[in-house]
Amino acid sequence: MNSTRIRTLQIRTITMGIGRVGIELKQFFRDRESAVFNFLLPMILLVIFGSVFSGQDLGGSGITFSQYFVAGMIASGILYTSFQNLAIAIPMEREDGTLKRLQGTPLPPAAFFVGKIGMVFVAYIAQVTILIAVGVLFFGTDIPTTTLAIFTFIWVSVLGLIAFTLLGIAYSVVPKQGRGAAALVTPVVLVLQFTSGVFFVFSDLPQWMQSFASLFPLKWLTQAMRSVFLPDSAAAMEVSGSWELGMTAIVLVIWIILGALLATYFFRWTPRGEN
Amino acid sequence: MANTHAISALNVTKTYGDFTALAGVSLQVASGECLALLGPNGAGKTTLTEILEGYRKRDGGEAEVLGVDPGKATGAWRAKIGIVLQNASDMADLTVEETIKQFARYYPNPADPEHVIAAVGLTEKSRSRNGKLSGGQRRRLDVALGIIGNPDVLFLDEPTTGFDPEARREFWVLIERLKSEGTTILLTTHYLDEAQYLADRVAVIARGRIVAQGSPDSIGHRSDAIVGWSEDGREMSFPTNEPTAFIAELGLRFDTEIPNLSVRRTSLEDAYLELIAQDRDLNAGEQG
Repeated sequence: MNSTRIRTLQIRTITMGIGRVGIELKQFFRDRESAVFNFLLPMILLVIFGSVFSGQDLGGSGITFSQYFVAGMIASGILYTSFQNLAIAIPMEREDGTLKRLQGTPLPPAAFFVGKIGMVFVAYIAQVTILIAVGVLFFGTDIPTTTLAIFTFIWVSVLGLIAFTLLGIAYSVVPKQGRGAAALVTPVVLVLQFTSGVFFVFSDLPQWMQSFASLFPLKWLTQAMRSVFLPDSAAAMEVSGSWELGMTAIVLVIWIILGALLATYFFRWTPRGEN
Repeated sequence: MANTHAISALNVTKTYGDFTALAGVSLQVASGECLALLGPNGAGKTTLTEILEGYRKRDGGEAEVLGVDPGKATGAWRAKIGIVLQNASDMADLTVEETIKQFARYYPNPADPEHVIAAVGLTEKSRSRNGKLSGGQRRRLDVALGIIGNPDVLFLDEPTTGFDPEARREFWVLIERLKSEGTTILLTTHYLDEAQYLADRVAVIARGRIVAQGSPDSIGHRSDAIVGWSEDGREMSFPTNEPTAFIAELGLRFDTEIPNLSVRRTSLEDAYLELIAQDRDLNAGEQG
């Protein structure tokens, strides 16, 4: 194959993948389970937890748990719209034959993933906009104004979405059946949230739990989101006393590489037992 | 292998663990021909079809579809192949129109989505969600997705399961039109009237082997006619090449009219059942 043909194929893959984003979003929002579970749930949790702990001051820092929780929930939104969404939706699509049907068309396989990534990004942007609005209206969240904070918010979101999208694609081989996939995915999401400083203040957690959570991306995402949405003085509350943005970038990139390898190696179009 | 055949399989084998799904299948489908693949469940129909569609890897033998090994499928090859899989229920939340238009984008020379929707009789349902379609309508959507790319070769795996008789007739007309346009068709079906009506040739597969192939009218060792009557309260039937002589002889056994006498030409179904029964006896003999 000469380079022009490869270029044409790449362009075709990307345009066809972008052409799938709309259809993916329609399916994401029209499927009630998916819309509630992946899109609305973080908002519901934000309102409930934020309201219960709204008056709770964190160690005289002037920050309420609600503000702390908003940052954690925005980071969790990445996990919901990418990892949980794909790790549940793909097994269903594998079982009901969507993937097999696509495999039988000239659609380049990579275009399917471009469509998924596009869907994840659009769903996250919509979700995070609502989460921030709820935070600002009810829980005293400050919209970041400094260029640095906005820049951090963008790169952290992008790297987090890519990492968890790839991990969601890789994890989609774990549920053997579409039905019941949630039972194998949601516990992972919950455990990560409980141990990564979403529902509890991270520095209050037992040390072994902190070490466990530090192996996974969510802990770093929540910490980075706190750097965006909490005042700089709050960095003193972190375990290391700083936001550790450099380390966050390194951990996310490692997980992106790992996720890409796992997804490439394990992904399958047809249920186990076929082929 | 010669390229005059759109589909060509030579000694294709496939095993799953201890189970031999295909024990050396050879089959050719000429360009523009419609071949019906018949056989009981588990005989290897779907395995063979999915190997030719590029979904499954064969263990041995040769296979070519439009001159390409389906085990090495490329996008350009897929653009010329149309596939209607069994029992689909995917994309329930999209509408018929959204689905067809989306799939049209994957092909270099797609048919007009509205024409295709009309051709399968779903115009009135084009705004309905796929999940709300009846079984027959859903199947027609699958057919629409199979033909949206203007394929040269179309695989139809039990396309009319769940159709009412009228829908089946309409479907046959649609397939005849595709045939007249030169589309090569490999049809898998349990309905022998369908094979009789649509197929230029039928092949019967049993226990992973082709046990017979030929035109729908000549396949198997078919007797000309089957004579039926009632005797001692039982329904009797007898296949024969000389129905007139047989009835004359039969008449001697009755004082008056032969009760419930009927004579009918043997159908493809009779030939098929006979072939499958023969194969089963052969298998029992091998194992006993």
